[in-house]
Amino acid sequence: MTSGAVLQEEQVKLLGSWYSPFVKRVEWALKFKGIEYEYVEEDLINKSSLLLTSNPVYKKVPVLLHNGNPIAQTLVIIEYIDETWKHNPILPQDPHERAKARFWADFIEVKLTDVVRTALITQGEQQEKAVKEAKEAMEVLEGEAAKLKGERVFFGGNNGIGYVDIVLGLMCGWVEVIEEVGGFKLLDPQKQPHIHKWVANFVELPLIKPTLLPKEKLMIHFQMIRQACLALVARK
Amino acid sequence: MATSDVKLLGAWPSPFALRVHIALNIKSIDYECLEENLLAKSQLLLQSNPVHKKVPVLIHHDKPICESLAIVQYIDEAWSSAPSILPSDPYDRAVARFWAAYIDDKWFPWLNGVANAQGAEAKKAALDQVREGLVVLEEAFGKCSKGKDFFSGDRIGYVDIALGCFLGWVYVAEKRNDVKLLVEDKMPGLAAWANKFCEDGTVKDVMPDKDELLEFANMILEARAKLNASSNN
Repeated sequence: MTSGAVLQEEQVKLLGSWYSPFVKRVEWALKFKGIEYEYVEEDLINKSSLLLTSNPVYKKVPVLLHNGNPIAQTLVIIEYIDETWKHNPILPQDPHERAKARFWADFIEVKLTDVVRTALITQGEQQEKAVKEAKEAMEVLEGEAAKLKGERVFFGGNNGIGYVDIVLGLMCGWVEVIEEVGGFKLLDPQKQPHIHKWVANFVELPLIKPTLLPKEKLMIHFQMIRQACLALVARK
Repeated sequence: MATSDVKLLGAWPSPFALRVHIALNIKSIDYECLEENLLAKSQLLLQSNPVHKKVPVLIHHDKPICESLAIVQYIDEAWSSAPSILPSDPYDRAVARFWAAYIDDKWFPWLNGVANAQGAEAKKAALDQVREGLVVLEEAFGKCSKGKDFFSGDRIGYVDIALGCFLGWVYVAEKRNDVKLLVEDKMPGLAAWANKFCEDGTVKDVMPDKDELLEFANMILEARAKLNASSNN
């Protein structure tokens, strides 16, 4: 793959874990720009010293290392990628459109991603509350997706994907798995026909399709996470 | 640019609205400030921010922009002449965004958690957590400021705005709980920074009076306590 504007001396390393939708978003951003990178699979139970020194605040993946300089937090990383490699823009150029894209990325993270994570690792009333909030967020996103008309199938402009699409990409595969593992329903093609259509288009993209993971593999992993978290709470 | 071109829907106690006031001042932008009554939200607010129905909202050429940090970045990008709010280097920008996100995702919820903590033990734990966060931010301040007055160097910038807007509320938490959060011997950098921030020309006239904020907080928290007590009966 050609690497666009990347100079030969540039070193791009991504610390990740195979099942993480957050890491996947960064990979999509890098691939979108055609940036060559070295992927390092992190064992999150025995974290490497590289991970711990690169992200001492959160000790989590993804972490991008560019010429040895670490950048953490998914949305911060994606904006860094967009500003460092300026071809194939991920965020819109117009300041107002950029502000809207950042608004929706933040909405997806706070109102959807965080509550879906809570729903995965809780049960009973706590889970019900999280699922209710996730459903409300889905309704809002369905309303936004309904505004995409005609040739525009993605939130990014010019019939291509952009920032909001990359951030929303966790809908593709992960949410379905988390629903099954957590025992709740969030995605409903009847109630969210436009989101459903967005997902169907997103997963078919040549950039995205080969990166998606087999459902069974994700199921086993998230089942493990759920059981471990519930067991931890039970012990308290 | 005509004054009516830029409107800020805000509320005087809101630290998030304060961020936008400061950003507009940094760029010397004339703007119309519309004070919202958060118990009786205006039609303009509800139409401009239908998703969250919250302040701040910036309205520029009749187009709304929501979410305080998105607004601050918008201001920096739409009025691109100096002084800039975010640094120009992409790595420095990433560091600034990282710390602003830490403040919003981790530290502010901890500060908010102090008011919600029930009982002496929970309160102490909540206050300890806020202090721990400030220790992390003290280290960040050391690295970012490189010996200068602010996170951004000589002038107030993105992280300064992101954190500084909460100083009034830190004061409120300190007074209400009879503790010190911004402890000078543990956080000398931040303690000095806090004074300089509050005195800065872009902040001084828009920061709410700390004692008025305390009075406001007392009123709200007492009302909430009464509501909780009556609903528990």
